[in-house]
Amino acid sequence: METIDGVSIYPILSFLIFFTLFVGAVAYILLKDRKSIEEISLLPLDNDKDFSHEETK
Amino acid sequence: MQAETFYYDNKIVRNFTVATIIWGVIGLLVGLWIALSLVYPEMNLASWLSFGRLRALHTNGAIFAFVGNAIFAGIYYSLQRLLKTRMASDLLSKVHFWGWQLIIVAAVITLPLGITSSKEYAELEWPIDIGIALIWVIFGVNMFWTILKRRERHLYVAIWFYIATFVTVAVLHIVNNLELPINAFKSYSIFAGVQDALVQWWYGHNAVAFFLTTPVLGLMYYFVPKAANRPVYSYRLSIIHFWALIFLYIWAGPHHLLYTSLPDWAQSLGTVFSIMLIFPSWGGMINGLLTLRGAWDKVRDSAILKFFVVAITAYGMSTLEGPLLSLKNFNAIAHYTDWIPAHVHIGTLGWNGFMIFGMIYYLMPKLYKTSLFSEKLANAHFWIATTGILFWALPMYVSGWTQSLMWKEFNPDGTLVYGNFLETVTQLIPLYFTRAIGGTLYIIGMLIMVVNIVRTVSTGKLVAQEEASALPLSSTEYKKVKGEHWHRWIERKPVQLMLFSIVAILIGGIIEIVPTLMVKSNIPTISDVKPYTALELEGRDLYIREGCNACHSQMIRPFRSEVARYGEYSKAGEFVYDHPFLWGSKRTGPDLHRVGGKYPHSWHYNHMLDPTSMSPGSIMPTYEWMYTSDLNTEYTTAKLEAMVSLGVPYSADYIANAEKHLMAQAEEIAAELESQLTDVEVGPKEEIVALIAYLQRLGIDIKGTPSKHTEATVAGNQTAEK
Repeated sequence: METIDGVSIYPILSFLIFFTLFVGAVAYILLKDRKSIEEISLLPLDNDKDFSHEETK
Repeated sequence: MQAETFYYDNKIVRNFTVATIIWGVIGLLVGLWIALSLVYPEMNLASWLSFGRLRALHTNGAIFAFVGNAIFAGIYYSLQRLLKTRMASDLLSKVHFWGWQLIIVAAVITLPLGITSSKEYAELEWPIDIGIALIWVIFGVNMFWTILKRRERHLYVAIWFYIATFVTVAVLHIVNNLELPINAFKSYSIFAGVQDALVQWWYGHNAVAFFLTTPVLGLMYYFVPKAANRPVYSYRLSIIHFWALIFLYIWAGPHHLLYTSLPDWAQSLGTVFSIMLIFPSWGGMINGLLTLRGAWDKVRDSAILKFFVVAITAYGMSTLEGPLLSLKNFNAIAHYTDWIPAHVHIGTLGWNGFMIFGMIYYLMPKLYKTSLFSEKLANAHFWIATTGILFWALPMYVSGWTQSLMWKEFNPDGTLVYGNFLETVTQLIPLYFTRAIGGTLYIIGMLIMVVNIVRTVSTGKLVAQEEASALPLSSTEYKKVKGEHWHRWIERKPVQLMLFSIVAILIGGIIEIVPTLMVKSNIPTISDVKPYTALELEGRDLYIREGCNACHSQMIRPFRSEVARYGEYSKAGEFVYDHPFLWGSKRTGPDLHRVGGKYPHSWHYNHMLDPTSMSPGSIMPTYEWMYTSDLNTEYTTAKLEAMVSLGVPYSADYIANAEKHLMAQAEEIAAELESQLTDVEVGPKEEIVALIAYLQRLGIDIKGTPSKHTEATVAGNQTAEK
């Protein structure tokens, strides 16, 4: 494998890409406002309203 | 603004759920059959019932039929409700459903017939592969179309997991199944040896990651909050879980190839990313379990929550065990042993199976607008299946450690204590029996579920069209609000989310795969390594047909214990003509890479007819049908030509006289067999002759004494002589 030109760049590159992505994801999460997070996390439960709507009909 | 009324399509969800149950029972029964055939080898009743062929049917059945149908059921149910819209196209839903069942039926027919490409979890031959690709695209189109016509602005995290699943499986499936067809039932991988191995395990590991994990995590993020009636513990954590997981998983494949001929740097890359995977996986596990905060009292009564809790716990256990197994020191012990199936089954029986059972118990009463027939039966299912998992996995852990210790034990004089591999097999049979009891319990649990669901359904009526209403999304909401967060833009635009996911998974794939494609020109070539003769190539295809690679590896790792047992360790340069590679992943029987020349032809002849005649106590199946059927040489020339176009240096002269060369070698072997055996007539056209030719060729090239048949393959070929 030493015969591949610049093979040593691969692990460094992989680490940098991962690190950047990870920091980006964390930053995004920390910066996102609480209200919209709560709103989205309630989405699966939201539909129960539709259920009751249908059931009471 | 006026709320719009629309209808959820429940029928498609019901259909996929029923398919899940039916194929689940069948797939697992096949598993039980092959588990028992390791204890009672006489259960290999016929060619199409032999272990090597049925093993692929079991794995494909469990993954693509059982889990596959279940994830489609869950996706079709949750997607409609999370997006507050009906699936975009009923026609596409139907084509998806029936197309997928057709693919499964094709697998059920072709795999027992020995029609296989040999690559694990991608065994199906090329026409079926194309079918899978088409149906997968139909599923993707239907999903994206639904997303585009949604009435909910945000895409809940479950949908992100579905999108990542769709794009990644598409990429993996296509790349790993790049094959050159010979006829409708036979093809050769365009990759060879080391490259084929890397592509295969990049695929193989990500089949686990993106077929058995990410879609099921999507289901977890939807159904666990539903069943517990509270939102996910931390939505923030779920987003980190998503991005970290899809980005890391795609790199982890090479941990299946530690200590093999794969370049070291690629092995290390696989290990590092596997270890990092602990963090997102456990983040996800904790997120799932803590969703039950304040609801733990419900777990006592609710079978659904019990299934979910054990499923998530099993997810946590196998995602810790997986990274540990990818450390070289663990891998040296565990690889090729029963530890690996134990690990795998914690994932499939525990994580996948229990998520699916919980989901079925949740869905079916809802779809039929009734309540579950018996919570008690569901609880009984839970306890029996949990016991089943323990009975399955614990003996296999013990078996794996026993194997490994016995393989590596030396006498003070430096010889192997268990020099005969068979001793390390017979030792395990009671454990294999216990494992089969575990499987039986698990299936009994499923049958209890079948009764419960049938009774449930009979008390209700399918609500095929479930009415719902929601406000439409006004077009103004799509406009960018000044100062809004950039990620909102992705969330609103599913297409961008898909593109980001593709980029995330491609980075890993490309950095790992591209250098290996360069390996072709960089691989340390061994000038003594020559192409297989026509007869050996046909024998190799028989080896593939019978699924020998399900139990025998062809990869001797550079350990003292392996070199002492099998001979010189395997070199990358020895596999350059292997389309596909046949390294295997499990040693139920011994490694075969250096079996060539180890025994006389007659040994193989007797052994394949009745393994116990040469190895008393052997659990290998008989291959008696290879003594009565003639080798099909109709495609021999086409096969050689295909190999040439893949870069194997057969000379034009050899191909022109392939049939003649094949017969000359076959007659020589048949004559030798007749001289070694008494009162046996051997027809040179018998399949067994070709198989013996292949086995006797394995691993002998580096000894540098090629037979005249081998020399002939490249004779008159200038490039080969250079």
